[in-house]
Amino acid sequence: MASVKFQRKEFEKHIKITKEVEEKISLFGTPLQSLNNEEIEIEIYPNRPDLLSMHGFIRSFKAFLGKDESLKKYSVSKPEKNYLVMIDQSVKEVRPFTSCAIMKNLSLDNEKIKEIINIQEKLHATIGRNRKKVAIGIYPLEKIALPITYKALSPQDIKFIPLESEKEMNALQILQKHPAGRAYSHLLEGYKKFPVFIDSKMNILSMPPIINSNETGKINESTKEVFIECSGFNKEVVNKTLNLIVTTLADIGGKIYSMELVYEKRNREITPNLTSEKIKISLENINKLLGISLKESEVERLLKKMGIDYKNKTAQIPAWRTDILHEVDIIEDIAIAYGYNKFIPEIPNIYTSSEEQHEEKIKEKLSDVLVGLGLIEISSYHLIKEREAQIMRIKEKIEVENSKTEYKILRLNLLIPALRILSENKDHEYPQKIFEIGTTFSLSKNKIRENESLIIALSPSNFTEAKQILDYIAELFYFDYSIKESLHPNLINGRNAKIMIKNNEIGYIGEVAPETLRAWNIKMPISVIEISLEEIFKIASLSG
Amino acid sequence: MPEHKALDNVIDSLSPLEIKIIPFLNKDIKTIQERTQLDETSIIRALHFLENKNMVVVHTTKRRTINLGTNGIYYRKNHLPERNLLTLLEKQSPISIEEAKKLSKLSDNEFKVSLGVLKNKALIIIKNEKIQLNASKEEIIKKTLEEKFLENLPLDEDSLTSEQKYALEKLKGRKDIIEIKEKSEISFELTNLGKEIAGKEIKSDLIEELTPEIISSWTKNKRFRKYDLYSDVPRIYGGRKHFVNEGIKKARRIWLDMGFAEMTESKTVSSFWNFDALFTAQDHPVRDLHDTFFIKNTYSELPEKSIVLKVKEAHEKGVGKSKGWSYKWDEKEARKIVLRTHTTCLSAKKLSTIKKNELPAKFFAIGKCFRNETLDWSHGFEFNQSEGIIIDKNANFMHLLGCLKEFFRKMGFEKIRFTPSYFPYTEPSLEVSVWHPEKNIWLELGGAGIFRPEVVIPLLGENIPVLAWGPGFDRMLMDHYQIKDLREMYENDINKLRKIKI
Repeated sequence: MASVKFQRKEFEKHIKITKEVEEKISLFGTPLQSLNNEEIEIEIYPNRPDLLSMHGFIRSFKAFLGKDESLKKYSVSKPEKNYLVMIDQSVKEVRPFTSCAIMKNLSLDNEKIKEIINIQEKLHATIGRNRKKVAIGIYPLEKIALPITYKALSPQDIKFIPLESEKEMNALQILQKHPAGRAYSHLLEGYKKFPVFIDSKMNILSMPPIINSNETGKINESTKEVFIECSGFNKEVVNKTLNLIVTTLADIGGKIYSMELVYEKRNREITPNLTSEKIKISLENINKLLGISLKESEVERLLKKMGIDYKNKTAQIPAWRTDILHEVDIIEDIAIAYGYNKFIPEIPNIYTSSEEQHEEKIKEKLSDVLVGLGLIEISSYHLIKEREAQIMRIKEKIEVENSKTEYKILRLNLLIPALRILSENKDHEYPQKIFEIGTTFSLSKNKIRENESLIIALSPSNFTEAKQILDYIAELFYFDYSIKESLHPNLINGRNAKIMIKNNEIGYIGEVAPETLRAWNIKMPISVIEISLEEIFKIASLSG
Repeated sequence: MPEHKALDNVIDSLSPLEIKIIPFLNKDIKTIQERTQLDETSIIRALHFLENKNMVVVHTTKRRTINLGTNGIYYRKNHLPERNLLTLLEKQSPISIEEAKKLSKLSDNEFKVSLGVLKNKALIIIKNEKIQLNASKEEIIKKTLEEKFLENLPLDEDSLTSEQKYALEKLKGRKDIIEIKEKSEISFELTNLGKEIAGKEIKSDLIEELTPEIISSWTKNKRFRKYDLYSDVPRIYGGRKHFVNEGIKKARRIWLDMGFAEMTESKTVSSFWNFDALFTAQDHPVRDLHDTFFIKNTYSELPEKSIVLKVKEAHEKGVGKSKGWSYKWDEKEARKIVLRTHTTCLSAKKLSTIKKNELPAKFFAIGKCFRNETLDWSHGFEFNQSEGIIIDKNANFMHLLGCLKEFFRKMGFEKIRFTPSYFPYTEPSLEVSVWHPEKNIWLELGGAGIFRPEVVIPLLGENIPVLAWGPGFDRMLMDHYQIKDLREMYENDINKLRKIKI
């Protein structure tokens, strides 16, 4: 999710912000984050990159408010002489698609340049998936000799002065030394050739998706005309990103000129293509899904507010909208235009019978019994720390990748979290008698198994007290268990045992060994019971 | 009240403990202890009882003593680690840091600390990864302030010299060398009333504790000792469920009351169920290591082929007139296992198993979900979500709003607001906010919507409306229990758990 900030002064040149407008901004599906005299901050969901620039936002929001409704048309001038981009087939492997345009008549000031750079960055971060899917380049036209070629070259053959640098570097040096090169080098990793845009004087304009040339890659207040290219892996997204940029620049005052892309075998294509897309929608589906009864004319009126034209049961979608995959996407736009606040909530008259999961019922009864014994329930993290696994001499570890905290291993018992919590509470009043019912994780044949378990930890306490509690639970939950002396690495020898139901080991009981207590910095004796609840679920279901 | 009357009254209410110490009240606590053979706590309790009866005034002074911690005991016996390092350097200097670390046999932490200490004392110089001694023999042999201090422990905090204070400051920051114990010291003085009674042997035939024997041999003329009804009694605590689970229980009850059936599922799940089945493109940022916990080195099996192929088709070219995401869907990506990032994966699984003759149907789940986050007051890597779906051919958007409104009304929120939102798997999508009357703000609680055809068709076989929601749960709980810091939800402070309000 991206949040964008617009200058309030600039914004209010188009729309005055009143209380009502504030409310409408949220009802438009763009939550208002903050507002002060300087700035307005709005959250934009990832399906609407066309709202990331102030002009893009104003274009759509104005229509929503009932001004300048319906599909906005932009005129696109035909390519002039040499408005050509030759696309070499060498790019197929590394970054196959591009779409290009030229903009004229721009009169840029500092604010506008900022907006252009800003939208470029926001689009890179969102729809561009950090430049992987789409990267955008904007160049002052006066520094470029048309036509342009898009091709892939060996890294040694790519030499230019990258932006914000003084020295000429080759492609590999850029990837290693230039900040942008280092940040995005992974996007070219493994390729033998890297893509470049070259002008007719054989100057390299840029190496997408990494960096532009310092000579040709920077617009300033005197720039009147620009060359724009988008490159990437998904043709439709590349095209739409270009549409988004050129229409925004047109809103700023520019004039759009198309370019001709020339592929091998003389295949040709003109970009940008601002023809609106047509999708058939059915009135019945709209009304059925929303639970209201609109007429055709109302649908037309509502869609106009979303900048969409509607004729003959067909919606005409702006060429910069990237989020319309299906009729339902247009139905949502109708709902937004109708106003989420105008729908009357209704409890559906659908009879169904409720059903609790058997296991959840048993767990609840079990915790009732333990609370009755005066125990306090804890609720701990499902992940444990590396150091904790070490203390407890755990070898088989299921780890998560790249955790941002110390917690990085799935817990395979509830003893570790219980000891952590007793350790963290060592300065609080005793006795401390705690329990937890929760999921534990184990690996068997490289598959993760999950198990519901119960831990009881009593402090200060001894084996007898633990066994009293176990006896009590066994009696109430109808299970017969037996004890089998064992050697548990964290419990005192001769004072710990496996808990068995018939021949199944379901857990252990015992007193925690002093060396374990010391490792956890605990000064009081602790007795514990930990059992898997699976057998108990089964037995409880047989006995009702 | 005349004085002697007051005294009689007091005598009637004396407890056995008080009676035991009164004969020695003219003495100090130590003597009382010797003569009565009572432990110190009992004597202090008796003194407090007497204070309540205006016979003594108890003075409490706190004294802090500095003792050796667990490491301190060890170091006093075997020298501080910096001494060991110094001894090593005496034999060999300069020496590479690595070599010194190996030969000194100190732990990582001890070694680091020792280097810091010696550098601070200007006894060594570190240059080019080498340690060099920088002091005369006398300087080296001389005991450091810290060493002298350790030898002299235990000490009263009040009695420390400035050199000892310096040593204490240095050692306090190091692990378990020092332990500061606080001890209360009690003394008392007699009031006028107390002076009258002090030293007397008090014989009492008042009944202390009612026993079965007394009941069976009861005669009317026996009298009970009077209790001090006003004195404080020791606190007790009962067992408690964790408040988060109490909240979950309440929400479960509501969904059950509304006729929903419960879903439960594992917490580790394939990316297929967590993302792909929910039409979340494989390059969506949520599928990044930065946002989601992926399990190392393990892959999941996928469900039956027909479902997998349908989901693949939905992504690559779309199903039911959708355009899809138009990219190449990778099965391996779908097999990666994650800690579920939302309970919505339960709904997806449910859609794939439910049979046509079981419709209409309503399901709910409440459970733990995970995201790769840091821990601070507003972030955590675990959270609870409340999930629900309604599958019915006549279900619509207004029904979705109706169910949510009813649920939140039952949770105690009267005013609710719906605003447009976005999720890859629902359309229309919405955000639920409830009005917080005290704070005067809208509290955002989470998302809902109608599942997209690209989700429903592959799993259910046809496009039937599925209303779905999954608001987070913790924010509501924090509000109810007036918790400001998210970490408190899972910190398990036993004192707080004991005392948390119903």
